[in-house]
Amino acid sequence: MENIINIFVKSIFVDNMIFAYFLGMCSYLAVSKNVKTSMGLGLAVIFVLVITLPINYLLENYVLKEGALAWLSPNLASLDLSYLAFILFIAVIAAIVQLVEMAVEKFSPSLYASLGIFLPLIAVNCAIMGGSLFMQQRAFLNIGEATSYALGSGVGWLLAIVGLAAIREKMEYSNVPKGLRGLGIAFIVVALMGIAFLAFSGLKIG
Amino acid sequence: MSKLFSAKTREVFLGPLNKNNPVTVQVLGICSALAVTAKLEPSLVMGLSVIVIVAMANVIISLIRNTIPNRIRIIVQLVVVAALVTVVSEFLKAFAYDVSVQLSVYIGLIITNCILMGRLEAFAMSNKPWESFIDGIGNGIGYAWILVVVGFFRELLGSGTLLDYQVIPKAFYEMGYVNNGLMMMPPMALILVAVIIWVQRAKNKDLQEDK
Repeated sequence: MENIINIFVKSIFVDNMIFAYFLGMCSYLAVSKNVKTSMGLGLAVIFVLVITLPINYLLENYVLKEGALAWLSPNLASLDLSYLAFILFIAVIAAIVQLVEMAVEKFSPSLYASLGIFLPLIAVNCAIMGGSLFMQQRAFLNIGEATSYALGSGVGWLLAIVGLAAIREKMEYSNVPKGLRGLGIAFIVVALMGIAFLAFSGLKIG
Repeated sequence: MSKLFSAKTREVFLGPLNKNNPVTVQVLGICSALAVTAKLEPSLVMGLSVIVIVAMANVIISLIRNTIPNRIRIIVQLVVVAALVTVVSEFLKAFAYDVSVQLSVYIGLIITNCILMGRLEAFAMSNKPWESFIDGIGNGIGYAWILVVVGFFRELLGSGTLLDYQVIPKAFYEMGYVNNGLMMMPPMALILVAVIIWVQRAKNKDLQEDK
């Protein structure tokens, strides 16, 4: 249990998707112009991460890894399918995003309207694919750890995008040098936020 | 030759290098661009891989563009790209293992690199294979040169080496010169890209944003 909480807190603050690994930067910079839409996108990212990451975890451990197919028949124990990981992960993500989109449209039209075009775009958000690839690299012990990593990364991403959106809203009133307006200053703000987050490195619970 | 390099294809090739740069103007592919630039060598390898993958994916999608049903085109594009990335990743593991370890997950993340999806959607779906190939090469190089510039300065100022050769002489260190450790931290990549954007927009006034 302690381990799960530790992974959760670390993935929010220390291994933050944006500030430590630059994952999901494209939509992060494009959508962070006001707080409300960035909140919607952040929630959608958490949602998709929490669904896809455990599924990919099961795939990795029961189909792809070396010897993972041993539960099917002992003859398959020597099989190593890990080179298929990229294709399978992205197929799972694209399919889940499509499914989630259809389900949300059917059961909660108001949420669907508020998420708008962000849902389909999430399929190509690096944060989702990155989550699955880091899961593969870190070899979590059980599905609980993988899920808590997914939730933590998603919350960290939400925190980062809402923070940047709030700062950019305030920056409307400041006098930025002409060449830096828009994109340039956004980069510098993200860098300063990242330096602030460096203070969390080494954080550990328990 | 004149047919191969008409005015249009030249524009398609040269545009992404400067005025229509994928990283600094179109804001695509920043995701994997920044994390690998702590050293020059991985930046070079990453740039090369992206050039190859964008060009190939553009050609393949352009060849089959008339047979792809519109509704499932994103999945088709993702599968093509994922297959190419798998090939490149296995190739790197076999021939440049050290670099592939340094690049870790970021090679896999080329799949979701927005440059690929952006170029496939915006260009390859509606253009002939040869032009798509040129467009892919142009955008790949536009992406790669940003990576190489950032990687160059981060390695030079952060560890005083270039491609792991000591560049800054020992005498400097004896006089009290110290490597700037902050350059190795992720945030400095962002600041360097911001500086490149600033220089570029100071030169091209029409790229500047109002707000």
